[in-house]
Amino acid sequence: MRASHLGLMIVFALFVSVVFGTLMRDEPKEQLRFGGQLFTAFVVGGIALGWILYFFPL
Amino acid sequence: MRATTADREQSATYTYLICLAAWAIPGAGHLLLGRLQKGLTFLVALVLMFLMGLWLEGRLFPIEVRQPLVALAALAEMGGGVAFFVARQAGAGAGRVVALTYEYGNAFLIVAGLMNMLVVLDAFDIAQGRK
Repeated sequence: MRASHLGLMIVFALFVSVVFGTLMRDEPKEQLRFGGQLFTAFVVGGIALGWILYFFPL
Repeated sequence: MRATTADREQSATYTYLICLAAWAIPGAGHLLLGRLQKGLTFLVALVLMFLMGLWLEGRLFPIEVRQPLVALAALAEMGGGVAFFVARQAGAGAGRVVALTYEYGNAFLIVAGLMNMLVVLDAFDIAQGRK
């Protein structure tokens, strides 16, 4: 199986969101909501940062 | 009724045992405290994350005093509990620096350990009756 950078970043974001969502909220509904928000922020933030860095090559 | 010294000592011992279990096996502290949903979620997510780090050819770092960053990474990975020591004994986690996924593997292993430390602190708070 070939692992892509984007795919691994999404899997990483998923794990972190699941753990933080469960840790920071007590009700399952709230956990799902907070975890979803975190996941979205991680993925969208990662892609946005990637595009910003595109304009500043090393 | 005021708690006696013996009661307080027993309570402290119980709290530390919960923390030890929570560190050794991710989610075990919450499971022992009756928080089944949280405990199972931590167990599945953190163990999977650790295993994925190994699969991605990340490295289980040794504690090297001469290289502080390596030592810090090792301490962070040890936060993952018994799995760290079992994997090292089994010869896993050698880390292949030239692998495309090496840094991802390290990130998965280190973050899994750090998040388990937060889970231990949460279990401590619950055992102390703060949550």
